[in-house]
Amino acid sequence: MANTNIHITTTINEQPYEFLAPSYMSLLDALREIVGLTGTKEGCLDGNCGACTVNVDGRIVDSCLVLAAEIDGCKVETVEGMASSEGLHPLQKAFLEEAALQCGICTPGFLVAAKGLLDNEPNPSEHRIRHWLAGNLCRCTGYDKIVKAVQKVSSEG
Amino acid sequence: MHPFNYVAPLTVKEAIDILEKHGDRARPLAGGTDLLVQARGNKWDLDAVVDVKKIPEAMQLDVSNNGLTIGAGVPCYQIYDHEKIKSDYPGIVDGAFIIGGIQIQSRAAIGGNLCNAAPSGDAICPLIVYGATANIAGPSGNRDVSVEDFCVGPGKTVLKNGELLVSISVPDPPSGFGAAYERFIPRNEMDIAVAAVAVSVTLDNSGTNFESVRIALASVGPTPIFATKASNSLQGKPINERSISEAATIAKDESSPISDMRGTIEHRKQLIEVITKRMINKAIKRARG
Repeated sequence: MANTNIHITTTINEQPYEFLAPSYMSLLDALREIVGLTGTKEGCLDGNCGACTVNVDGRIVDSCLVLAAEIDGCKVETVEGMASSEGLHPLQKAFLEEAALQCGICTPGFLVAAKGLLDNEPNPSEHRIRHWLAGNLCRCTGYDKIVKAVQKVSSEG
Repeated sequence: MHPFNYVAPLTVKEAIDILEKHGDRARPLAGGTDLLVQARGNKWDLDAVVDVKKIPEAMQLDVSNNGLTIGAGVPCYQIYDHEKIKSDYPGIVDGAFIIGGIQIQSRAAIGGNLCNAAPSGDAICPLIVYGATANIAGPSGNRDVSVEDFCVGPGKTVLKNGELLVSISVPDPPSGFGAAYERFIPRNEMDIAVAAVAVSVTLDNSGTNFESVRIALASVGPTPIFATKASNSLQGKPINERSISEAATIAKDESSPISDMRGTIEHRKQLIEVITKRMINKAIKRARG
């Protein structure tokens, strides 16, 4: 009975999607390989680095640790959903202005995670931002610039 | 990773039937934050994962005068976001708040942490000191097991073939009760305990004597340890530095850590002594409100 395909109906970045995914496939792989949204990155594959962070029903999750089958009927938001036709999301702008990225592999995860915070808490303290982003690793910037970028958006809130 | 089927039963009965049929080639899926990592690491060859999150009993989160019921699939954030749990069960919140980062806490379940049976499981020692019970359903009926008896080895539990942890019952704390949990890690977040201690105290009416105490130790043995000798040593004793120090020394002696990449035996034993003292005092403070 192993290796069946699961029929998944979901909303990704406010667009309806319907697809078949192997029963053991992660949400991360389904997004990248079936849906074709490659903004979400694979890092550690064990929940330490947060590079694969997406938002499911209002909560940020590591998409490597969620099965695609589990998101049937859920609302998923990825980094591709952040910019609009009017331009970049304020967090994306702030990351550019504050040089909050170097190689960029962690950036989609940080952006989605930071958005998850600011959506619910528009003015978090620096401590709160650092605590919230503890599940995202960056090996280039040393975090200060990332935290400053998030603070910039929150204070402009 | 062995390709597995995904099933999401709607009832406990259905889940048990699938688990029984597949034996050790099926595992229940709560948050998946341990299960999927271990499946990828080929810890098991699974034919099926049984998602418990569509079973109402496994997703209940109820606080009443009879106590707290935590469905086995309830994620950590629902525990620490719950105002009544925060005010009435702060020791449980201490554990739920430090398991992984925010992403992990969106998924990882208290029940899953218990079933994963890691010696370092941050949810387990708090449950032990609150006197919690694991509600298990299985092919031959239901049974309840005290949380301190639930883990029998690293990654091993009392669950038999076809059995499922449905929920955890935490009794309503009596008056004069306080509890706290803390771990030592070299980072601020996102780490596994080098050593950790949970303590609950029930004080007498005068608030100056221990009526009863429960102390549990993590990461210093093959399972989380209910330190009965240290706990009993405080029964009926006056609250003072001496009684607390003596209990902390006994707790140190009850720990049986190993040396590994996270810490040495000596370091861990010293940590147990220090954190036990600290947690007894914190539990007293909470008991006194």
